[in-house]
Amino acid sequence: MNIKRFFNLKSLFAIGALLSLTFSQVMAQDAVATATETVSKHEGLGKTVGYYILLFLLVCIFIGIIGKILSVYDLTRKIQGRRNGIKWDKINGILFGITLIVGMYGVYWSYSVQGAQILPAAGSEHGAKIDSMFSITMILTTIVLVLTHIALFSFAYLYNSSKKRKAYYYPHNNTLEKYWTVIPAIVLTILVLMGFFTWRGITNIPEKEMKAAIQIDVTAHQFAWDVRYAGKDNVNGRKNYKLIGGLGGLNNLGLDLSDKANFDDLKVTEIVLPVNKSVRFTLSSQDVIHSFYMPHFRVQMNCVPGMSTYFQFTPTKTTQEMRQDTDNPKFDYNLLCAKICGGSHYNMQFKVRVVSNREYQEWIKQQKLIVTDDMKKAYQLAMKDSATESNNKIALNN
Amino acid sequence: MSTIAINNPSAIHHDDHAHHQETFLTKYVFSQDHKMIAKQFLITGIIMGVIAMILSILFRIQLAYPDHSFPLLEVLLGRFAPEGRLDPNFYLSLVTIHGTIMVFFVLTAGLSGTFSNLLIPLQIGARDMASPFMNMLSYWLFFTASVIMLSTFFVESGPAGGGWTIYPPLSAVPKAMPGSGFGMTLWLISMILFIASSLMGGINYVSTILNMRTKGMDLWKMPLTIWSFLLTAMLGILSFPVLVAGVVLLIFDRSFGTSFYLSDIFIGGQALAHEGGSPILWQHLFWFLGHPEVYIVIMPAMGIASEVMSVNSRKPIFGYHAMVYSLIGITTLSFIVWGHHMFVTGMNPFLGGVFMITTLIIAVPSAVKTFNWLATLWRGNIRFTPAMLFAIGLVSFFISGGLTGIWLGNAALDINLHDTYFVVAHFHLVMGSAAIFGMIAGVYHWFPKMFGRLMNVKLGYLHFWLTFAAAYLVFFPMHFMGLDGVPRRYYAFTEFESMDKWLSVNVFITWSAILGAVAQIAFLFNFVYSIFFGEKSTENPWEANTLEWTTPVERIHGNWPGEIPTVYRWSYDYSKPGHDTDFIMQTTPHSQTMSSNLLHDFEGNEAAEKIQEKWNLEHNRIDSSEEVK
Repeated sequence: MNIKRFFNLKSLFAIGALLSLTFSQVMAQDAVATATETVSKHEGLGKTVGYYILLFLLVCIFIGIIGKILSVYDLTRKIQGRRNGIKWDKINGILFGITLIVGMYGVYWSYSVQGAQILPAAGSEHGAKIDSMFSITMILTTIVLVLTHIALFSFAYLYNSSKKRKAYYYPHNNTLEKYWTVIPAIVLTILVLMGFFTWRGITNIPEKEMKAAIQIDVTAHQFAWDVRYAGKDNVNGRKNYKLIGGLGGLNNLGLDLSDKANFDDLKVTEIVLPVNKSVRFTLSSQDVIHSFYMPHFRVQMNCVPGMSTYFQFTPTKTTQEMRQDTDNPKFDYNLLCAKICGGSHYNMQFKVRVVSNREYQEWIKQQKLIVTDDMKKAYQLAMKDSATESNNKIALNN
Repeated sequence: MSTIAINNPSAIHHDDHAHHQETFLTKYVFSQDHKMIAKQFLITGIIMGVIAMILSILFRIQLAYPDHSFPLLEVLLGRFAPEGRLDPNFYLSLVTIHGTIMVFFVLTAGLSGTFSNLLIPLQIGARDMASPFMNMLSYWLFFTASVIMLSTFFVESGPAGGGWTIYPPLSAVPKAMPGSGFGMTLWLISMILFIASSLMGGINYVSTILNMRTKGMDLWKMPLTIWSFLLTAMLGILSFPVLVAGVVLLIFDRSFGTSFYLSDIFIGGQALAHEGGSPILWQHLFWFLGHPEVYIVIMPAMGIASEVMSVNSRKPIFGYHAMVYSLIGITTLSFIVWGHHMFVTGMNPFLGGVFMITTLIIAVPSAVKTFNWLATLWRGNIRFTPAMLFAIGLVSFFISGGLTGIWLGNAALDINLHDTYFVVAHFHLVMGSAAIFGMIAGVYHWFPKMFGRLMNVKLGYLHFWLTFAAAYLVFFPMHFMGLDGVPRRYYAFTEFESMDKWLSVNVFITWSAILGAVAQIAFLFNFVYSIFFGEKSTENPWEANTLEWTTPVERIHGNWPGEIPTVYRWSYDYSKPGHDTDFIMQTTPHSQTMSSNLLHDFEGNEAAEKIQEKWNLEHNRIDSSEEVK
């Protein structure tokens, strides 16, 4: 039994190597542990780490033993000359068959359990269009996913190696290839056209509708949102980043008070939107790129320093309606940041409410002007100073 | 029958003078031999891959247990994990470096670097690369880049933290986050070295393939691996320089006060002087490389999978020409789709529409490739070597991940999916897992050509099934988190009530990721152990057709001891009817396979066709005119 001895020696060596490797790891961990023993809070850490390493080692040995048993079994069968040992090709084929069944169930389970946890139906006009595109795309891709995987795994299951058989020499078939080029092309053309028109519908809004919408100006900065409503004139006043922190530190948005449109703008602590009225957000950032993301409305647009971006949409469900629809009394719309922006990126939120038009009118009446009396005074003072120098740039230079 | 040109013992002696005196330094360190350089790339790539994987486990632990304290983390990471909890900025650094290492150092250099270097000379029949010295430089630049990238962990303010796409101004303004300090400078330097390395490699690959093919190896006889390496290298050569330009401008903005990307910034209580730049410019420059980059990552893996699947199904690859044309299609289209990363970044929305059209067109060649792979498996005689398992795994990941590309490429749907976990799931499946599986398939398949030994098969099975399951368990649930509007790169899900329901899913994902990571130990052990103690390989252990399997097991300098063999046929004559074995090597002339030749094989050579017809008559063979349509 020469062969057998060779195998045993080899495996012994393998286990030995593994042991020494892990042993040295344990030792290294011990060294780490001793080095930190002075810090009392890390006491017992070495033991915990050692415990997991030992556990892992046990698993390794277990796997090694199973491997050994398998190869002994394999060899004895070969020696007895019964068959050609374990048919690994067949086993892997069967595993692919099992993967197909388990995988299909897993996909079904994911779709039904985790799929139930995804966003509720959109709370906005364009969002409904996105949702219907979403459904079509999901159905199409799921069909393709399932069919191709049935093919892939069942081929693996059916055609595993056999010495009796030769594979079918089948280098190409132009008709088949034409089919599976043209059919995806047609399906994708349909998707592209739908997507293109939906996208244009969302982003390409006529000038007239732009002006008619409620104007809201959002300034993002690390790690908060500043929101102002346009007030009676429905125009947000100009801003200039060089004015930020001016007027005795009061001008934290950099409002340019030489623009009269600023004086009726309102500062708010939550976004309140009237249902079924078009709103237009003008977005900008003071420092790094942020992303204005309101998933329930299917709204996202980056806030970029140095330029303005826009998103216009019409909410269709009040918070109250949404609470009823989702059966969740605590439901609230959300504004969050979706573009990495620094350490507190994960916590950059702002409250959003959708209410009836009447409630909105009441709410907007209570909002305070963004240009406070103190700011006005500081501005007039600055203007007086600059008038003497006949140079009104002082406002810009603080 | 597989050794026509090389079974000439006198040639072995004759070639001996080629063996210069080799010291340890010239053989293993500053080697100019393509096979050694390939091994250097592979081992460096694997080490980088393991490091990046450990980083991912660290941040997965944070996501699963945002409220727990792990004293071990403080021991290991010191100030980056005070009180045993990751620092939010360090979390972002982990995500950034994980992405950078995986995309560039593992899946670009580790994959292309390894297999282009190993297989191009071996499969086209060349002694070495066109420029061995440049090849060596390419590796050492890559090595330097790797060292610099890892050294950022020892920088006071921590490694770069702006995400692997390092969008300015976050990456350009040191005040914006600790990760934009010196760590970012080193990141940029490392990337420039890396790009220089990949350009040198790429130029070498292209010139070797175009100029140094052996006699008879015309372009349409090349294996798909070589086609994919050729197109990948071309992509790299044309797109990487754009990133260099972008990076240099970013360095200028950071260090010399220019304003290419910066404008109107007020940060840290101070208005910066930069005016007139545009952060969007960076995104254009970055994604002009960044999108081709994902094809640079996946195409070599596709080539490897095609080859491995054909060999192990014992069938010709289905639709060889269609496979090549789809690769060319993907290569061309990949240059005009970069804008789909920018639908909601403030780019002109009309442009978004255009980019959406080009993006979805790219699904057509991808679909062709997938269907052709499936057809290759159909009625095959499949040998499930570990390489084959991983190749099948690649197809599965490519389908699952590719299909979600149809969602994300649609600008309207992207509004809500952009920068969510849906994107994370998508690219980890389609370019992360798929490309890694291609790379691992390549390692198992060509291990004998690198080390002269075979890897343990049963450990390979264990490795495959654990990794395959773990990858799906990790990434499949992420789709649904994305569909619930959970943004990526969030340090914790604890601040939003709506994300509470995903906390338990996060725990599940983390444990699946740990399982996947532990499974890699089976691979690492197998890899290292087999280098020294693996079963000795024969010259052609997989009974494959390509040229590399005609080289001796000893892997000599210059590859073939005698003359370089001549190629007579394409590389996919598996299970050809009429032949006694189920493979015919590329070096076998048609005159030796009269019983299996098809008239199609003679490519219109009438004299040869006549000889064949005469032979057929004499031997009562009637089926050779039977043509596959």
